[in-house]
Amino acid sequence: MTVQQESVNVVELRIPCKPEFVSVARLAVAGIANRLHFTVEEIEDIKLAVAEACTNCIQRASDAKEIALTCEIVPKELRIVVRDHSVHVPGEQDSSDLGSGGLGVFLIRSLMDEVDYRHDAAEGTVLRMTKRVGGIL
Amino acid sequence: MDIKVNVRPSDGETNIVDLVGEIDVYTSPVVKDAITQLIDDGHYHLIINLEGVRYIDSTGLGVLIGALKRVREHSGSVSLICTNPQIKKIFDITGLVKIFSIFENEQSAVKALA
Repeated sequence: MTVQQESVNVVELRIPCKPEFVSVARLAVAGIANRLHFTVEEIEDIKLAVAEACTNCIQRASDAKEIALTCEIVPKELRIVVRDHSVHVPGEQDSSDLGSGGLGVFLIRSLMDEVDYRHDAAEGTVLRMTKRVGGIL
Repeated sequence: MDIKVNVRPSDGETNIVDLVGEIDVYTSPVVKDAITQLIDDGHYHLIINLEGVRYIDSTGLGVLIGALKRVREHSGSVSLICTNPQIKKIFDITGLVKIFSIFENEQSAVKALA
């Protein structure tokens, strides 16, 4: 895990795209969320959302070797990006299709305040999600 | 592996599956195997005790849904014991509260099946 300068407030984590490492991502993000004074329930929501994002990478992107998580800590808000650098098969699934990616993505959309889930040719599949402290706008 | 599965008989045809730990993409195959074995052995009335479960994700929910589908083919049932508010919240969000019978304790789950 690479922790950048305090003023930047960005934490990056890369884990192997394997089931046994999802709990590592879950716990790391919970520790970061704790710094923002989220409630216990909000932290549980974030943990589940991150785990679902990682699980989605593992189940869908068989060619991906690792999952990259970026956590941007801003006042009252945690922005998380999960990338898997998988190869997109043209015509197989477009960005809009990714929005309905099963129970896991449904949970992420339910638990986080903002979610954007798409495939990018350069970055692979990218899931961006935001949780605000107290759900404030 | 952070999941423990214990199967024990209850009243009549019912078996209770005690789960302790976390159910995620890594541990859910263990839970799935145990439940699949029970169903393969002809046990179609299951009470799954989630009281010791600290965490469950969509893969865990998928195992429970799969079990329910299979036992229903044999007119069976899957009841859950769960009081953890975070886990109950996931069942609420996904609408699974309408599909599973969820009880506060083992006694009421067994009584409902009697």
